[in-house]
Amino acid sequence: MAEPVVSEKTISLSKKDRIKVAWRTQFLQGSWNYERMQNGGWCYSIIPAINKLYEKKEDRAAAYQRHLEFFNTHPYVTSPILGVTLALEEERANGAPIDDAAIQGVKVGMMGPLAGVGDPVFWFTVRPMLGALGASLALGGNIVGPILFFILWNIIRLATIWYTQEFGYKAGNAITDDLSGGLLQMITRGASMMGMFVLGALIERWVNIDFQPAVSKIQQQKGAYIDWNSLPSGKAGIHEALSQQAAGRSLDKVKVTTLQDNLDELIPGLVPLLLTFLCMWLLKKNVSPIVIILGIFVVGILGHVVGLL
Amino acid sequence: MSAISMILVVIVAFFAGMEGILDQWQFHQPLVACTLIGLVTGHLTEGIMLGGSLQMIALGWANVGAAVAPDVALASVASAIILVQGGQGVHGVGSAVALAIPLAVAGLFLTMIVRTVSTAFVHLMDKAAKEGNSKMIDFWHYICLALQGLRIAIPAALLLVIPASSVRGMLAAMPDWLNDGMSIGGGMVVAVGYAMVINMMASREVWPFFIIGFVIAALSDLTLIAIGALGVALALMYLTLDKGGSNSGSNNGGSSNTGDPLGDILDDY
Repeated sequence: MAEPVVSEKTISLSKKDRIKVAWRTQFLQGSWNYERMQNGGWCYSIIPAINKLYEKKEDRAAAYQRHLEFFNTHPYVTSPILGVTLALEEERANGAPIDDAAIQGVKVGMMGPLAGVGDPVFWFTVRPMLGALGASLALGGNIVGPILFFILWNIIRLATIWYTQEFGYKAGNAITDDLSGGLLQMITRGASMMGMFVLGALIERWVNIDFQPAVSKIQQQKGAYIDWNSLPSGKAGIHEALSQQAAGRSLDKVKVTTLQDNLDELIPGLVPLLLTFLCMWLLKKNVSPIVIILGIFVVGILGHVVGLL
Repeated sequence: MSAISMILVVIVAFFAGMEGILDQWQFHQPLVACTLIGLVTGHLTEGIMLGGSLQMIALGWANVGAAVAPDVALASVASAIILVQGGQGVHGVGSAVALAIPLAVAGLFLTMIVRTVSTAFVHLMDKAAKEGNSKMIDFWHYICLALQGLRIAIPAALLLVIPASSVRGMLAAMPDWLNDGMSIGGGMVVAVGYAMVINMMASREVWPFFIIGFVIAALSDLTLIAIGALGVALALMYLTLDKGGSNSGSNNGGSSNTGDPLGDILDDY
């Protein structure tokens, strides 16, 4: 502080510094704790920038301390907040009058609204969708399922982390106003529409309930089923049986209609849908998901024992 | 299981544990964790299939705010190890899925313990910050992270120590009705995850999308990718129309120029 004239030379963060910070944000939640949540990870992430911007030990110590304050948001949308904070710290290091309260204010002001974007977009749309896509392949033992999930997810994630941090850094303070504006809201809305659409499809396809009880057994008329006794023997018989089946004849003399067949005539997937609604209702009544899951297993086992499922 | 396989399993478990808190690369998701354990133990196909089944159940599990979801990391790793040790091959997937549920609860308690312990380490970070020592802040951060990794790696190692024959004996002792019943339960339990997601996202605006999605899925010719593409198209159309409506003030203003030549011709016709 002995220098009378403010130095012309300004300190700025290079792209390399910003990449270091972006790399470190991936460890944001490493020291997640019940007291100040992501504070340790936030400080850990911003350390390379602080060490670049501040030379003096007491300046650094003060910076570390102000970045160990409470922080919690969705891990990926931390990046735009970090970007803005980097811009602020850079100005401060260059002598701009930005105090601790201003920096803390930006962090707290952004983390709430952004968590409201990150959770529905990443946890409740992108991951369930990629997960369901990968899982539907994996159920058949196809290695493409897990690989597809892993690669697509990480491309989306890394791109989000890097580009939103850069966006925050370049926009600086201005981003805070931008956030309440249209774009982010549109992304959230679009993601929930898309998510709900796919959820509807997933419930129809992947919730399996099959009611076993037979509702009716009907003796069919001659000609409606394959008469196995009158088929020629050998290959010719197989050929005849297959062509009769293709022509719409049933395999057995007695046509069995199960409860499931009746329900499927209304719309396939009706029971899974009702089960999902029941779960939603229970969750809203604050029944723990674990209790519901265990309950469903009990119902599955009991239902199977009595011959219903 | 060879010593190398065992070491690799513990390493996979360690990564799954770290990812369980970081939630970045997704090594803790069943699809990835079970596949990796299957890979390093030479039971790749079973691992993938178990991963797929568990992933379906865990779709909606997410940590939101300070709330902690059932732990997929321990569920995936431990049930994959049990599946491999049980030696039932593909037939063991159903019961491994059922075993995963109590494991997810156990994992939840373990992560809550580590998250509480981390509070103490954060105070050590405060001290390091006061001294201006960034290396020590890094160090304590890594310690917390390593604890999260050990949270899964230690149970995994313990499971490996239990002789495969006793795991096999335990699984073989389960009667058929229990096994089949658990598989049936596994088919239904998926609904809970979906219900959690819907409760988060549902609003009056998005319910129609849900209905269309549900009905379209009954057309079994459409793959999930095709359905996803339809969803994107519908959402884009909705947002575009909605924006156009608010900008021009009046929607459906008759034969105004809509920017779509074919549409205009049809309108005039």
